[in-house]
Amino acid sequence: MIFIFGLFLLTLLVITAIAIVRTKDLFVAVMLTSIFSLLMAANFFILDAADVALTEAAVGAGVTTVIFLCALALTDDKEKPRQGGRWVAFVTVGVLALLIIYATFDKPRLGDPDAPVHQHIAPWYIEKTTEYIDIPNVVTAILSSFRGYDTLGEVFVVFAACIGVLFILGVSPPRKTRGVTEKNSGLRHHLIPQVVGRLLIPFIVLFGLYVQFHGEYGPGGGFQAGAIIATGVILYALLEGESEALRAIPRGVLLGMVIGGALLYGGVGVACMFMGGAFLDYSVLAADPIFGQQLGILIIEAGVGMAVCGALLAIFHAFAAREILS
Amino acid sequence: MNFLELLGYFNYWVFAIILTVGLYAVINKTNLIKKLIGLSIFQSAVFLMYITMDKVEGGTAPIIQKGVEDQIFSNPLPQVLILTAIVVGVSTLSLGLAMVVRISECYGTIEENEILDAD
Repeated sequence: MIFIFGLFLLTLLVITAIAIVRTKDLFVAVMLTSIFSLLMAANFFILDAADVALTEAAVGAGVTTVIFLCALALTDDKEKPRQGGRWVAFVTVGVLALLIIYATFDKPRLGDPDAPVHQHIAPWYIEKTTEYIDIPNVVTAILSSFRGYDTLGEVFVVFAACIGVLFILGVSPPRKTRGVTEKNSGLRHHLIPQVVGRLLIPFIVLFGLYVQFHGEYGPGGGFQAGAIIATGVILYALLEGESEALRAIPRGVLLGMVIGGALLYGGVGVACMFMGGAFLDYSVLAADPIFGQQLGILIIEAGVGMAVCGALLAIFHAFAAREILS
Repeated sequence: MNFLELLGYFNYWVFAIILTVGLYAVINKTNLIKKLIGLSIFQSAVFLMYITMDKVEGGTAPIIQKGVEDQIFSNPLPQVLILTAIVVGVSTLSLGLAMVVRISECYGTIEENEILDAD
């Protein structure tokens, strides 16, 4: 039954992808991208990847859509028709698709337990997580302890991208701009979004905190929590206007969160070195190595959550605060 | 090879089609935002391929429950890679969008051929 549901979702995914590329209206394309992400999240959930589904739903369907819409407001939301060159591209991607489909027959079929990917190191991770770290969620254990280096790198990439966006959009627009006064009022005059939004925001933030601190026991962790809390604050910004959201959480605090989160993560690693272990080897943080691991994971997940939440919000504000050229 | 066995490859076929649809948008569209949308579709296709590989028949999400023996877990490693890649994806995407916004402010257009003509 779940298999048929999976086929249905995948077919919808293909239809949505083709619709996104075909439409000339960029606003429609962005909305379809949001649906595409939601379908993708459902697919991830069927394929047993609960953590990934949570991330895709919060980031793909939530934050990405809002950032795309902000960019559309600053540029143009109609795509101009284009002539020529279409068949060359069509034939190229068609041949490529057929080649990839031909290559898939060499891959193990879906769910094959003897596939090479399940033979290498994954069984070791599943087996040893209880022994070394003793937290139920293996994904969190790998993310923050076994493969802590990778995650540190990812946090630095998010940090660097955030700094990059702030640099690019930090310079003032080249032409004389006229600030639109209506822009900052948000949806304040619409009753239904106001009431529903105010009811939702506290629960979204609460759920984000739950995901943050329950990440060792269930699906969740710093990446998801950061994205969920960021969507809550973005919803507030959409309802009350962007300047109100900045008054609630000023830009300095957001930057402090990004920098503080990345520093906290790196700092834990350096602290491990000072206490006699290797970089990011949390076992030395406490007398009991297992408790040390759990403590280390808790701290670096907090760092990841802060960095991701701060970066996404800083990026959102960088786009939203920019005045529309008129 | 019977019909059900063939359906076991369906996820990979969908991966191939979505990947090439995204690639088509990247190489054929002149609108820069459409190109970025195509790029994110392409990226999602790669995510789908990784997550497809993590599935084990009869498996469940890799969260260990105490006192339950003989559980089969899906592979947690691809999940970790994709989990972080999604968040990195949105940050790099917004970096691209920031560049498009600046291009639009300087050139007054986001169509690639018009930008090349203006140069």
